[in-house]
Amino acid sequence: MNIDTKVIEPDLSPVGLKGLFESFVDIVGESHVLTEKEQLYPYECDGLSAYKALPLAVVLPATAEEVCEVMRLCHKQNIPVVARGAGTGLSGGALPYEQGILLSLARLNQIINIDPPNRVAVVQPGVRNLAITEAVADLGLYYAPDPSSQIACSIGGNVAENSGGVHCLKYGLTVHNVIHLKVVTIEGELIEIGGGGLDTPGYDLLALMHGSEGLLGIIVEVTVKLLPKPDVAVAILASFDDVETAGNAVADVISRGILPAGLEMMDNPSIRATEDFVKAGYPIDAAAILICELDGTEQEVKSQIILAKDILSQAGATELRISESEQERAKFWSGRKNAFPAVGRISPDYYCIDGTIPKRELGNILVEIDRLSTEYGLSVANVFHAGDGNLHPLILYDANVDGEFARTEELGGKILEACVIAGGTITGEHGVGIEKINQMCVQFSSLELEQFHRIKAAFDPRGLLNPGKAIPTLTRCAEFGGMHVHDGNLPFADIERF
Amino acid sequence: MFIKQLQETVKDAFAKKIELDIQSGNSKRFLGRTPKGAALSIAQYSGIVEYDPAELVITVKAGTALRDINSALAKNNQYLPFDAPNFSNESTIGGVVAAGLSGPIRPWTGSVRDYVLGIECIDGRGDHLRFGGRVMKNVAGYDVSRLTVGSMGTLGIILQMSFKVLPKPETSATVYFDCSQVKSIEKITQMGLTSLPLSASLWVANKLFVRLSGSQAAVAKGLEIIGGNRCLDNDLWQKLRDHTHSFFHGESPLWRVSVPANSAVAEIGDECLVEWGGSLRWYKSSQQNEKFHEYAQKCGGNAILFRNGDRSSDVNGKLHPVLGRIHKQLKKSFDPGNILNPGRMYKDL
Repeated sequence: MNIDTKVIEPDLSPVGLKGLFESFVDIVGESHVLTEKEQLYPYECDGLSAYKALPLAVVLPATAEEVCEVMRLCHKQNIPVVARGAGTGLSGGALPYEQGILLSLARLNQIINIDPPNRVAVVQPGVRNLAITEAVADLGLYYAPDPSSQIACSIGGNVAENSGGVHCLKYGLTVHNVIHLKVVTIEGELIEIGGGGLDTPGYDLLALMHGSEGLLGIIVEVTVKLLPKPDVAVAILASFDDVETAGNAVADVISRGILPAGLEMMDNPSIRATEDFVKAGYPIDAAAILICELDGTEQEVKSQIILAKDILSQAGATELRISESEQERAKFWSGRKNAFPAVGRISPDYYCIDGTIPKRELGNILVEIDRLSTEYGLSVANVFHAGDGNLHPLILYDANVDGEFARTEELGGKILEACVIAGGTITGEHGVGIEKINQMCVQFSSLELEQFHRIKAAFDPRGLLNPGKAIPTLTRCAEFGGMHVHDGNLPFADIERF
Repeated sequence: MFIKQLQETVKDAFAKKIELDIQSGNSKRFLGRTPKGAALSIAQYSGIVEYDPAELVITVKAGTALRDINSALAKNNQYLPFDAPNFSNESTIGGVVAAGLSGPIRPWTGSVRDYVLGIECIDGRGDHLRFGGRVMKNVAGYDVSRLTVGSMGTLGIILQMSFKVLPKPETSATVYFDCSQVKSIEKITQMGLTSLPLSASLWVANKLFVRLSGSQAAVAKGLEIIGGNRCLDNDLWQKLRDHTHSFFHGESPLWRVSVPANSAVAEIGDECLVEWGGSLRWYKSSQQNEKFHEYAQKCGGNAILFRNGDRSSDVNGKLHPVLGRIHKQLKKSFDPGNILNPGRMYKDL
């Protein structure tokens, strides 16, 4: 491995820290270096509040040049750096490192350029996802990836996590909608990745940066693709009296040649919770509902609606509703988009899981989740991006009950392991962060994990960027004792496991 | 068995510092810098491993012929939406991924890397590694699968890969307009801002060809809106994709210039062909290389010497020093002995 031999020990003595903080102040100004405990608390966690830590300081640069200077200083003094956008991440990716600084990109919040003929927008990392779409709406354009947190999450974090959303079956993930990045390396150099054209020679570092969870570099500028807004979008709300039938209906829609803009599924506990909360008009007695959205030109959508209705009723839908207006379409979606807070109302706490499976395994995994839920004595409400096999089981628990969070985490881990055994993965769109680091040992062999560490070292030989996240050390895997699952086969599969 | 043998071969080559020239269908030998080293063919490692139309996912071995994959998908009205070129009938999917070349539909549906979900490969140590998976969404670990796309075999010997596939559009139709290059860019840019179901564009010899794809109704409506003359050449797009179009004949150096779609037109080269809604411009020319790099850079893009000319030169241009350093370190991390297709992409990589 690429070991840097000139490493100096960081000076974290009171005098050393004082000097360090003063140097940060010289770069970003006094009001943008936070070091007092009460100033640090708002940054102690991201959207996964179960993990908390305070950094040495929070540094808030305003420009890419300031980011470069901060990084040069940290590199020189060997100070670890954790980058943070809006802090909406769900895997603890922006959890501070106690012996390092938290670099907030929130002040880099400008839309630099909107270029309609080339259908791109150049934005700083702190720009909110939804703000891009709002800024180009009057041009008839939009930015496609729409994670549920789009009102708050920022585009830099979207790149770092390769965020998805409810429309990625048709329009792709963040990685499919970004053409160029400016990135600051750990050494404080500004590099450009990707380009103004569609193809760039060399290794696809643009793809590599997506989902790299702040371990390879600091994103300081993002050029996103804009799409013409579809003329028409219509949503179908289909009810089913059993979950497996709904799962099969998903397969039927897709294998008959329809590519829905969104294809979402909710089970009964989720339906009840959201109906109580937002009154979306969901059938509360249904075992499952599907929301199937079709978009495109008027003619296209018209012909697809007829086909989709036909397929869904043949697949056993007990009720079909077609949105008659934009208002009604928004209403259908309001329940799905508010599913997490709705579940938050019926339970003191909930824990969101993010596994992905091949769609044909949907029935099996639901049975397994149900079994695990009973075994652990914790209820689970299910919300799925059914079209792309991405599950979000929400485990309901009470953090004030001793040991309940530990049991919840263990149950979550088991669900993820079941996803890997089903041929899927431990995270579809939320990232590994600190949360799923043990399950990485189940998904990858030690040779593969070693390769990940070598990739990291190619960018950051001293391991200063977001230490301890995303890729577990081999020692950690040995301690965790999880077994690597290959092609859905556990080693010694004939041994019974419960 | 094949994999075990291949691992032994690579381990032996690593120990003895033998450079390997990875081959399969050999339809893209002309691409990149001149190949060197001992030939290592993976062509025999072929076949569709898994294909379930309802999953929209296909898993194939690297030596599988592209035409076989295309026909298996077509039986279910599905396709690989990046429309990779078939420079010869022997083109295999491993080469498609290694070269990362996409066809005329690319600006509207995406590139090879956009549809790769997972890969298996043998690295330069002879280790068998798997990244990504067979599911649509996967953010566990770095995206090594997409990193290998377009890496010209320099990071690993690709054995197997999974792709997302899509339903084939119901129908397509092509029309053309007589117009200059400048006018054609204006016109196609304007169309790009609407919801027309565009799926390809071509400007050559003062004609702009535009293809629409989608449902019967959407294409009919689109044709009504854009007008133009119906193009009756059913093979036009295939000829463009596979470079059998007459523009690509001849031995003069062929430059591939990737720029923002709306970039100003340049009077460089002897002949020019434009596709991808203006963002891919091909030039035939025997002129000094620098002109194409200069033009591309000025527009915010890049130029590569795609075919013919001096194949021992920097055909892919030069990397920024920091990017060059990262490239070298990445290469070393996968292939510490520098034995996998050395120099095929860049001189010292």
